Amino acid sequence: MAITLEQMRHTAKLARLELTDEQLTELMRPINALMEHFERLQALPLDAVEPTSHSIPVFNAFREDEVGATLARADALANAPEARDGLFIVPRIVEE
Amino acid sequence: MGYIPSIGMEVHAQLLTESKMFCACPTRFGDLPNTNVCPICLGMPGVLPVPNKKAVEHVIRAALALNCQIAPVAMFYRKNYFYPDLPKGYQISQYGEVHPIGVRGFLEIEVEGARVPVRIRRVHLEEDTGKLFHYLPGESEVDFNRAGAPLMEIVTDFPPDLHSAEAAKEYLVQLRAVLTYLGVCDGKMEEGSLRCEPNISVAPEGSAQLGVKTELKNLNSFRAVVRGIEFEVERQIKILQEGGQVVQETRGWSEEGAYSFPMRTKEFEQDYRYFPEPDIVPIQITDEWLEQLRATIPELPLQKADRYRKEYGLGAIETRILTADIHTATYFEQCVALGVEPKTASNWITVELQARLNETNTDIRHSKLQPAHLADLIELLQKGVISGRIAKELFDEVFQSGETPSQIVQARGLVQISDEDALRAAARKVIAANPDVVEKYRAGKTSVMSFLVGQLMRETQGRANPQRAGEILREELD
Repeated sequence: MAITLEQMRHTAKLARLELTDEQLTELMRPINALMEHFERLQALPLDAVEPTSHSIPVFNAFREDEVGATLARADALANAPEARDGLFIVPRIVEE
Repeated sequence: MGYIPSIGMEVHAQLLTESKMFCACPTRFGDLPNTNVCPICLGMPGVLPVPNKKAVEHVIRAALALNCQIAPVAMFYRKNYFYPDLPKGYQISQYGEVHPIGVRGFLEIEVEGARVPVRIRRVHLEEDTGKLFHYLPGESEVDFNRAGAPLMEIVTDFPPDLHSAEAAKEYLVQLRAVLTYLGVCDGKMEEGSLRCEPNISVAPEGSAQLGVKTELKNLNSFRAVVRGIEFEVERQIKILQEGGQVVQETRGWSEEGAYSFPMRTKEFEQDYRYFPEPDIVPIQITDEWLEQLRATIPELPLQKADRYRKEYGLGAIETRILTADIHTATYFEQCVALGVEPKTASNWITVELQARLNETNTDIRHSKLQPAHLADLIELLQKGVISGRIAKELFDEVFQSGETPSQIVQARGLVQISDEDALRAAARKVIAANPDVVEKYRAGKTSVMSFLVGQLMRETQGRANPQRAGEILREELD
């Protein structure tokens, strides 16, 4: 079940990575090696086993509904590439 | 050929908590942008989300009230997408049918006087997004105050049980009632704390298949829900009648223009790549916990309506008004507890009080005319201390001032005149002042009596006992 170049393009796009087909082709080799490991796992008879999402048997780690400290606005915005009037400024990604 | 609309409802309810879903920032709205934020809800590296127990309990209680099966183990998932309304690059949510808190429930609604169940597919918990503003071209401004606030999603089952705009509205009315009774959401559609995104399709009558659906957004009131769905149904029918095809898309509703328009929200088809949230351990919902929560579920709106009908003999319309909102029901029950006859309390609340609350856009909880005031007023009226006209005037006055009716009555001498001599004197005055009318009465036109009684009421500033006034006038005239 080797990954195709088309799937590589899609995956790169999802991660917002700008890669040339040449770079993607090059990356296919290690990714396909990884895929082989998964194929081996998938070959195991695990139908009767519940999927495990967490390896430790811990449940219900909650916090009480209490208000705590917030960041000062200047600190919240300090690392923003662009900010104005207390708002983060981002490139518009809705089509107009 | 007729067409049958089918409507699925996706509702998002903001949960009533003090703090956000995974961090301790306040959920308060209306604060300056980006002041209720912290490293967790801003998605800074290395932070760990910890679920708010109260939000989890709110959703379990809602799922119970909606007759859902509760997952013995519920889990959070990451829903990945790039959009600046969430700073992490993913939303912590629950995944489809895999371990959401509640599945396969139903909500009863009333359609043409009959109770009908609307099946619910799932009830799940997630975090709200930030708010984007698009003031200047080429950029967006982001406020993350709302990002990470707890949000409950309630989705109806498929194929849809709802087949008209009115039925969809009724579903929303009953859902809102249940959520406000539980105290898990304030249900304010105009403020966005209860948001509804219906998906709508139409199919030719008798067709086994559903049509292509569109999803409708920006419905900020019950009125918008009805008008938006009706518009969308008609639009789709017209397309099909003209031999066209409905395009599957998300559309926005313009309440001012009363039309829907295609929206392009995300830049390309979504591929959310859900996977279990590794930073949050699963939620185990034990029977013991479930029973504790079940015990906190109050009498729900339709049960209450049934009881009011049975116990108090109230009619269908008034019970609906009284039970649509927990605070109105509480108000009514307080009046009854104060000894007011239920039918009388219902009349005053569903007619006079509702009208004043609507006119002044007042929440019943903030009404200056409290149940004790209403009970006092009704007692004064029933004991004959004040007349019906004075009672209505007093009602308005107390609604504005919050003063006690019996004190106003005493202070101003509004006590009803049943006193023979005083009424007789007033009656003679009225007779003397209206010779023409008296002439007509004596000539057999007895219908003018109501005019004379009215004059007598005026003469006594509304304080005459109208029944006694009529009797005395008749005695004086005959």
